[in-house]
Amino acid sequence: MKILFLALLFVPALATVGVLPAVASEAGYRLDRSPHDPNDLVSLQSGARVFVNYCLNCHGAQFMRFNRLVEIGLSESQIRDNLMFPVEKVGETMKVALGAKDGKEWFGVPPPDLSVIARSRGADWLYTYLRTFYRDPKTVSGWNNAVFANAAMPHALWTLQGERALEVLQVKSPAGHVAAEYRWSQVSPGALNAVQYDAAVRDLVNFLVYVGEPAGQSRKRIGVVVLFVLGVLFVFAYALKKAYWKDIH
Amino acid sequence: MSGRLMALWDWIDARMPSLAQEYRKHLAEYYAPKNFNFWYYFGSLAMLVLAIQIVTGIFLTMHYKPDANLAFGSVEYIMRDVPGGWIIRYIHSTGASAFFLVVYLHMFRGLIYGSYRQPRELIWIFGMLIYLCLMGEAFMGYLLPWGQMSYWGAQVIVNLFGTIPFIGPDLALWIRGDYVVSDATLNRFFAMHVIALPLALLGLVVVHLLALHDVGSNNPDGIEIKKNKDPKTGHPVDGIPFHPYYTVKDIVGAVVFLAVFCSVLFFAPELGGYFLEYNNFIPADPLKTPTHIAPLWYFTPFYTILRAVPPLFNSQFPGVLAMGLSTMILFFLPWLDRGTVKSIRYRGTLYKSWLAAFVIVFLLLGYLGTEPTTVWGQFGFDAFFLDTREIATWAGRVCTVIYFLFFFLMPWYTARDAARPVPERVTP
Repeated sequence: MKILFLALLFVPALATVGVLPAVASEAGYRLDRSPHDPNDLVSLQSGARVFVNYCLNCHGAQFMRFNRLVEIGLSESQIRDNLMFPVEKVGETMKVALGAKDGKEWFGVPPPDLSVIARSRGADWLYTYLRTFYRDPKTVSGWNNAVFANAAMPHALWTLQGERALEVLQVKSPAGHVAAEYRWSQVSPGALNAVQYDAAVRDLVNFLVYVGEPAGQSRKRIGVVVLFVLGVLFVFAYALKKAYWKDIH
Repeated sequence: MSGRLMALWDWIDARMPSLAQEYRKHLAEYYAPKNFNFWYYFGSLAMLVLAIQIVTGIFLTMHYKPDANLAFGSVEYIMRDVPGGWIIRYIHSTGASAFFLVVYLHMFRGLIYGSYRQPRELIWIFGMLIYLCLMGEAFMGYLLPWGQMSYWGAQVIVNLFGTIPFIGPDLALWIRGDYVVSDATLNRFFAMHVIALPLALLGLVVVHLLALHDVGSNNPDGIEIKKNKDPKTGHPVDGIPFHPYYTVKDIVGAVVFLAVFCSVLFFAPELGGYFLEYNNFIPADPLKTPTHIAPLWYFTPFYTILRAVPPLFNSQFPGVLAMGLSTMILFFLPWLDRGTVKSIRYRGTLYKSWLAAFVIVFLLLGYLGTEPTTVWGQFGFDAFFLDTREIATWAGRVCTVIYFLFFFLMPWYTARDAARPVPERVTP
């Protein structure tokens, strides 16, 4: 009976471990599952490179310090030589040169800080969003997005992905439900092919997830140790209780 | 004990005999029924969580900045730059939800075993005051990270006070200290969260325990163990000293609880958005109202009741009143229950059915509160008596009615219930 109780207590806790942010996309576009791997240091480093080259011009990550990137296998000199464009000291945070006022003037809204964007939007949203920009002559920037309709952000990675067009068809299923069908077409090629581009976005999302919670991986490692210690403690606590209670009937 | 320690103890005892007296009164010679089961862990666990929250709260206060411009960043500073800061913060945020979980289970124990019944009415009332205090503590604490949900959640809840006729708008202004939730609000909520309410909470926990130790604990059989005392020792035959028996037992409970707590803390601190909402990782923006504002899970049953009641003369006050009543009515439980027995073990089917309905309805109300009212879609038909076609709103209304009927009809169905005979001695 006691064992059953314990099992019941643990099941809900363990079942939630796999829960991922389930942030629905606004336009009803089906989100792809992000294939990022937080243990893949090469991917994180490549994501850092994409981030400082393509994102950090307009977006900051004002709570993230450059020198913390030693955690993803970079040396301070590597960080200084390859990643630190806007700042002088390696202990500084990833602030952006673009002021909020200019940003509002240029894009309509100031570009949001990306320190915890992966925690509010979720990795799947980011992974899908960054891969679904298309050419749209009706918008100010000339770009639109399938996940985030009328996003103020132009396609910052377009030199990598190239230009794409989107046609949305309303298709009637045999059961009578009307569903949107998305037809993508490549207008002009980018520097990367489709597979390479998906990999680049995966790396970038991996990096953003890391930036969202830099302690995320050590958290899980410490957790395993803590649960093990509690398991050992349980054995002793239970034996102690048994010993004291043997006379109580 | 070694001679030196013994001498020190004698020295203290000679000057402060009350220390030993209190130790005997509350631990070594506090006789608790020997048949406590699973449900009896949550009282001591609530104290454990309170201690955890106070200790982690002290450390968070060392780094947190109660300033509208700095608050969000200072939380991220704690999460990144303060050594071990993320662990302290996650313990505190997980602890908030754990506190409510433990307190709800503790209250449910009181409900099923009739622990609120005579002579324990005061214990129940103090407990309810603790619960109210805890709600205030959670609400004020939730503003502090200054995220979108913090901000708009506070805006919504303060506006509830604004719906009270005549004094409402001034009252809301007085609570906020400004016309909108702002820096002034953040500062005063911080003061309440770290000083005023914790002090009240601690004081109430003390009187809750004092009242309990005067009359003694109830038990799963709902019988008074003090009625059957050993003539030689004068102690209840079915009682055992709290220390060491229940201290060693509660340690086991605490370890199991901590294992569950740590599974959440280390592997899913957001718990799928239920313990830390995703929108709260967006800094508060007074100009951008989120499309879906929901309180954290522990308030959602009452939030659904608020949303379920339709406005009257363009005023949301009826909903606010219903929500207030849904918590306040719990205070009257000792007098609403007219059953001849205390424990569910000896109650009849009538009571058990009502209790089952209450549990289902409470969980359903809680679920509905986390979702937008459109979650279950709309009725296919239209009728003149439906002011809204949202299925979830109507489900919320039905649940609200059952919630209140559980209490309003309690004097009737508990008195009419066919109870079974209660044994003389406690059973395992």
